[in-house]
Amino acid sequence: METETDQIYHLDVGNLLGFNPNHRFPSAPSSREELVKECIEESRKLVQAIANALFNFTSTETNDGPIVQLPPPTTKLPREKHVPRPKPPTKWEEFALKKGIQKRKKDKVVWDEQTDQFKRRHGYDRVNDDNDVPIIEAKATDEPGEDPFAKRLDEKKKRVGKQQKNRLQNLKAAEKAGALPSHVQLAATSLPISGTKSQPKKIGKDELGDVAGLAATSTASGGKFDKKLPGEKPPKKQSKHHQYLPVVAGRGAVNPEKEQTNNVLSKIFSKHSHEILNVGKAINMYNVKKEKKKSGRSDKSGRSDNLKPKKDITKKPANKAK
Amino acid sequence: MMEIRTPKTGKAKRVLEKRAPKLVETGKKTLILHGTKTSATVSSVLMELYRLKKGGAIKYSRRNENIRPFESGGETSLEFFSQKTDCSLFVYGSHTKKRPDNLVLGRMYDHQVYDLIEVGIENFKSLLSFSYDKKFAPHEGTKPFICFTGEGFENVPELKHLKEVLTDLFRGEVVDNLNLTGLDRAYVCSAISPTKVFLTHCALKLKRSGTIVPRMELVEVGPSMDLVIRRNRLPNESLMKEAMRTSKDKPKKKEKNVDQDAVRGKIGKIYMPDQKLDEMHLHDKSKGLKRERKESKLLNEETDSKKKKKSSE
Repeated sequence: METETDQIYHLDVGNLLGFNPNHRFPSAPSSREELVKECIEESRKLVQAIANALFNFTSTETNDGPIVQLPPPTTKLPREKHVPRPKPPTKWEEFALKKGIQKRKKDKVVWDEQTDQFKRRHGYDRVNDDNDVPIIEAKATDEPGEDPFAKRLDEKKKRVGKQQKNRLQNLKAAEKAGALPSHVQLAATSLPISGTKSQPKKIGKDELGDVAGLAATSTASGGKFDKKLPGEKPPKKQSKHHQYLPVVAGRGAVNPEKEQTNNVLSKIFSKHSHEILNVGKAINMYNVKKEKKKSGRSDKSGRSDNLKPKKDITKKPANKAK
Repeated sequence: MMEIRTPKTGKAKRVLEKRAPKLVETGKKTLILHGTKTSATVSSVLMELYRLKKGGAIKYSRRNENIRPFESGGETSLEFFSQKTDCSLFVYGSHTKKRPDNLVLGRMYDHQVYDLIEVGIENFKSLLSFSYDKKFAPHEGTKPFICFTGEGFENVPELKHLKEVLTDLFRGEVVDNLNLTGLDRAYVCSAISPTKVFLTHCALKLKRSGTIVPRMELVEVGPSMDLVIRRNRLPNESLMKEAMRTSKDKPKKKEKNVDQDAVRGKIGKIYMPDQKLDEMHLHDKSKGLKRERKESKLLNEETDSKKKKKSSE
């Protein structure tokens, strides 16, 4: 909308938005009320401009009033969430694409040959229900002891399990591409403790017993008076292992404490026995003793005492090594 | 071991699908909350904003101590709330000595903080203090006019940012069809100085004028306040590019019961409801219609006589 003073308003009719970039507010406003009045007056002009555009659109009359088709908004505003990512094709879809298999629309109701009527394809009372077969004829390849009905059930279970696995794989691939459907959540049920995706090891009987014992110690009495389940072993001794010998021996029995200390002593002596005996001195004494014995026999022929050194009787004799 | 979890009720499924990212987006919801301390002005501003945006806003009443929008770690709580309530706009009010009467307006992209702008509130006038003729009071949930005046909105980058955030906040839903009788409110924002914006809410009065277009008049009804720009944080370039990305083609709506054939051309199927012949009304023997039938009888006689004349000629 152009006015005389060449003011162009930026109008976005789709958003009912008007912008007047040319108006200059006085830097020193006269009064608050004047300022407010001025703002409202300018906005009134903008609203009038938008309304001019709006009411000139072709309107359709309805019960509530005239309805007008709004043009799409022109101001670009950021999105709230990301653009939905395309889902990667599933394994079957890839295969179908490669082989050129077209999707065919199936009817909900199918003609049943056996009962000569239309039956639904899935659900209650369906066509070709696996469970409804009364007689399965035996083939030449069948073993005599096998139950064909049980075999059919098994096969169905296997098929269902395979389908579940495939579905999980497809969903995982979709999650990787960031395109998981909004109503589906993939949750990890049992988290592995290690970093690998391996199954957690199954706990054995002994480990269970240990763990149960550990848990029992958290009770007020340390698990001593807990009721034991049938088959549960009594708890292993949990405290420190001390062994005290009786101080007083019984009748006829050896004093065990004395014997223990003796054993300890003898062990010590035997280990350090080479340090207890002074071997050099022992050899000297033995030699001296030997020589004395020899000299004692040879000395009895009669030598004058005057040549022998006189013994000082005041001096005490030295301690001889035994 | 992975487990596939799907919703067990239809309602839960619908809620999840509503929250999923769509190609064409509709209205953003607003989360209104406050921090450790709020003054009277801030709490009344938050309350009135909530009333203005009644259909698409959620207000939390407890105080949140660990939300600090401009700090790196203080946004986790906000992001969690945004995910919980599926809100992508938030208004956080607080009052401290350093920043009195503080309001932080923010937007989220994929439940992560996209951008923030912090304003201070001055000269607040509550909507209860305005007296006007209650006939013109705007109804709840109507689409508003938004008017920006002032060159500041173009020249000053902070004001430009504020303009964008206010547009997002007040816009409401993006609609194709608009009922012209339901136009009754306008938001007036004027940049009175390079740092101040005057914001007020007015009701619309449509007066008769000579042409189809009525004369618009604005009557101030709602809260009015001065917003002083304090801080702002613009989104980083890559995030902005991603958020502004729009898909050009609209999803093709499948036209039902219409078929194109090479031989016959365009064919449409019309499904007739069951005609209950026992309960069908036959003659409407009310007096008013008798006159019509008489008149039509007369007309038929005339045409018959004309035909006879023609055939005779």
